[in-house]
Amino acid sequence: MAGTKFTVIDGGRAIDVDEADGIARATKAGASGRPVAIDREERAAYLGVSAAERAKALSSLEAPDFTLPDLDGRLHTLPAHRGKKVLLVAYASW
Amino acid sequence: MYDELKGLGFTVITVAIDKSADDARPWIEAAKPTHPSLIDTTHVLADLYNVVNVPTILWIDERGRIVRPNDVAFGTDTFKHITGIQAATHLAALRAWVRGETTALPEARVRALQSLPTETDQQARAEFGLGEWLFNQGRVEAAARHFAKAGELAPHDFTIRRGTMPMRGIDPMGPQFREMLGAWVKAGNPYYRPLAE
Repeated sequence: MAGTKFTVIDGGRAIDVDEADGIARATKAGASGRPVAIDREERAAYLGVSAAERAKALSSLEAPDFTLPDLDGRLHTLPAHRGKKVLLVAYASW
Repeated sequence: MYDELKGLGFTVITVAIDKSADDARPWIEAAKPTHPSLIDTTHVLADLYNVVNVPTILWIDERGRIVRPNDVAFGTDTFKHITGIQAATHLAALRAWVRGETTALPEARVRALQSLPTETDQQARAEFGLGEWLFNQGRVEAAARHFAKAGELAPHDFTIRRGTMPMRGIDPMGPQFREMLGAWVKAGNPYYRPLAE
C-alpha cells in the first residue's frame, strides 16, 4: 500500500504522509502517553495532548497561552493582555 | 459592565466555541463588543483550560495567573429560572476584584477548586479533534462516529455532546438535547457546576 495518503493532525495542523508513516507516527505518539484517535478506513489520525501535560500546566496556575481569530480573521493572543486583569468567557451559540 | 471597568486595567475576552464563525456571527454582531471577541472552532480553549460546558468564565490577573478557575456565570438573568444562578453575584465579585477592593482567591484555593482533565477526557478530545477535521473534509458520517465516541468517553463534556449536535444534523435546543439533559440530570448529575465560593 506504499503511496497511499494518510493525514496526521498534530498540534492542530494536518499533514499528509504515507500510510505506513502515518500509522507509525500515531503508534509512537500513543506509546509516549498521548491520546490518539485513529480511523484506518478514513486514513486519518489525530494526536492529542496528554492529561498529565494539561494538568501540569493548569495546576501551575500560569494561564495557558492561546491564539484565536476574531470574526474578521484577525489573530489575538492572551499574552498581549499581560498587565491587565482579564475576564475570559467561553460561550457558544448552541 | 465592560465599559465601566475597562479604564481600570481590565479587559474581557470572549471565545465562542462553535463549529464556524458564521454560527457565532449573529451574537457578536448584535453585541458589538469593543473587547476581543474570538472564535474557537477546534476547541483549542476547551483543551487548554478543560472547558466542558458554556458559559465558563475564568479570571486571569495582570501577571497572567489564573486567580479564579473555571466557573459558571451569566451576564444577565435571562436563564436564571432554569439555572438558579444570579448574574449579579459574579458581577459584584468581578467589579470588586477589578477595582482592587478585594483580592482574588489564594493559590491553594484556586488549585483546590480546579478540575483537571483525565486521560479519558483527553482521549475524548482527540476523538473530537478527528471528528472535527473529518467534518470539515465533508466526511460527515465518519465525523459523527468520532463525535459519538467522544461523547461516550466524556459524558460530562457538553462542548462535545451538545456542541457537536449542529455537525450531526441535530438541533442543539431540540428534543434530542432535552432527552440527553433529562437522562443526565435524572442520573444525579448537574448540567452546570458553579464553584462553591
